[in-house]
Amino acid sequence: MRSCRNTWTLTKRELASYFASPVAYVFIIIFLLLSGSFTFMLGQFFPRGESSLAPFLMWHPWLYLFLVPAAGMRLWAEERRSGTFELLFTMPISPTQAILGKFLAGWLFLGIALLLTTPIVGTVEYLGAPDWGVMRCGYLGSFLTAGTFLAITSMTSAMTRNQVISFIVSVVICLLLILAGWPPITNLILEWAPWNWLVEAASGFSVMTHFDNLQRGLIDVRDLLYFASVMVFALFGTGVILKSRRSA
Amino acid sequence: MITAENVTKWFGPLLAVDDVSFQVERGEVLGFLGPNGAGKSTTMRVITGFIPASGGTVKVGGFDIDDDPLEAKALIGYLPENAPAYPEMTVEGFLKFAAELRGLRGVARAEAVERAIRTCFLERVRHQMVDTLSKGYLHRTCFAQAILHDPPVLILDEPTDGLDPNQKYEMRELIKEMGKEKAIIVSTHILEEVEAICTRVIIVDRGKLVFNGTPGELKSKSRTAGNLRVRVLGVPTQDVVARLRQADGVKGVDVLDETAGVLCRLAGKPDPSLIAQVVVGAGWKLGELAVETGRLDDVFREITISDTVAEVAQ
Ligand SMILES: Nc1ncnc2c1ncn2[C@@H]1O[C@H](COP(=O)(O)OP(=O)(O)OP(=O)(O)O)[C@@H](O)[C@H]1O
Ligand SMILES: [Mg+2]
Repeated sequence: MRSCRNTWTLTKRELASYFASPVAYVFIIIFLLLSGSFTFMLGQFFPRGESSLAPFLMWHPWLYLFLVPAAGMRLWAEERRSGTFELLFTMPISPTQAILGKFLAGWLFLGIALLLTTPIVGTVEYLGAPDWGVMRCGYLGSFLTAGTFLAITSMTSAMTRNQVISFIVSVVICLLLILAGWPPITNLILEWAPWNWLVEAASGFSVMTHFDNLQRGLIDVRDLLYFASVMVFALFGTGVILKSRRSA
Repeated sequence: MITAENVTKWFGPLLAVDDVSFQVERGEVLGFLGPNGAGKSTTMRVITGFIPASGGTVKVGGFDIDDDPLEAKALIGYLPENAPAYPEMTVEGFLKFAAELRGLRGVARAEAVERAIRTCFLERVRHQMVDTLSKGYLHRTCFAQAILHDPPVLILDEPTDGLDPNQKYEMRELIKEMGKEKAIIVSTHILEEVEAICTRVIIVDRGKLVFNGTPGELKSKSRTAGNLRVRVLGVPTQDVVARLRQADGVKGVDVLDETAGVLCRLAGKPDPSLIAQVVVGAGWKLGELAVETGRLDDVFREITISDTVAEVAQ
């Protein structure tokens, strides 16, 4: 109970600090502009004539690739730069509460940005009779992908005081997670060398494989487990890194 | 209340704290002295549980800082060296946040925040953003955070740094007052502060503890401690010097002032009553006779001088 309250206290503070700076508004505007233009230009939303969110949601992992590290790079880097790190870790709270509290704030923030895209659902409904289950599932996939990338950014942001380095490293890691299962890449590898098992194993690690399943409206425990385990792993990594930062 | 036993901290190959042990009980204000880089802040960070020690144990209120960190940390109020605070919060918001992490809710939280604002004179800036605060106000805000939960243990790393003379005075009075029932550790570079507020002093030099005692004991280690200052009126200087030099126990006579009679310092810790007899016996008028108590900065320099000497020698 006490631990939940501590976590929530931290989440509230962190979330408020997002909105205290113009970065939050810039982020939301860029996210909305990009997801809109990708949908209508690259995604061919109207010419498809389908009543589905696919041309909208399919771009999200690619948007998150840059936007989530940008939103999350300050999580720990800023805390260490300003010295409040020392304050936080001499308070009677556990490292887990601190890491979780800050992560949840970032995830909630991304969730708010995602919620602001819901007017597009109205457009889809105007075009025809969409499948609500598939749409909900698609949004869930998008939200989980954002959380996964954010957990990775939390880890890279704990590594360094420098936000730029933290940004670049997390973009690279997230890109690997995308590419490992992205058909254009996997097909290329298959053409070049017929190692089916390798490609399959790699795409099991990819966000795209699991994201696509959810986009098709399939809720499979294995997909959910994938997102959960990457997040837990990255947050655990954050804890290990923060601990080593404190002792040196 | 605070027990540090054989605390050691390595930063890679650098030994920042070398086998330091001491205790602080309630009612004590421990002054923590040492040259720059001596390991004061590092020791404080180990005690507050921010950095793990490489060796040794720290107990706060009976709780081991490694084994029961949450219980130990709940007893501590800590003002870190550079007084960190979240820049995008207001002073009041920051204190509310800190109070919540200390487990204070509702009315208790509001009262704690008000009390801290009053104690630290933050009324004027309570709605101001932390990143626009002047250095002194920032320091006071962070100090307010440390006393929110009325902790039995206070660890203050240079609490008067950056404060104006009035605020320095207030801060010292506050520490002295709180020192009556709390266990307090204060690091400082201001030696008068040690005399003013500390009941005990420890000095660290290059990670090693080189002194642990009362400010009085520290002063008495001074080479000038025990010397006499004597003022004789209406007698030519050379007569006074010649006569006093022959007195028992006098190893040297320095003339300090000749404007109102002759003021001399007698080295060698002579007996004051003997000197009084000598002066009066010669038929002179004694204007002043005092035993010098020694100067803290002299002792500090003597104890820690090895540092600079070692560097020059290298
Ligand atoms: N995180 C760290 N990594 C490596 N070395 C460190 C670290 N923190 C402190 N040191 C070193 O440990 C030694 C002790 O530093 P510390 O900050 O404890 O000194 P101090 O006594 O507080 O000095 P000051 O009076 O200047 O505040 C210094 O040589 C410092 O460079
Ligand atoms: Mg220091």
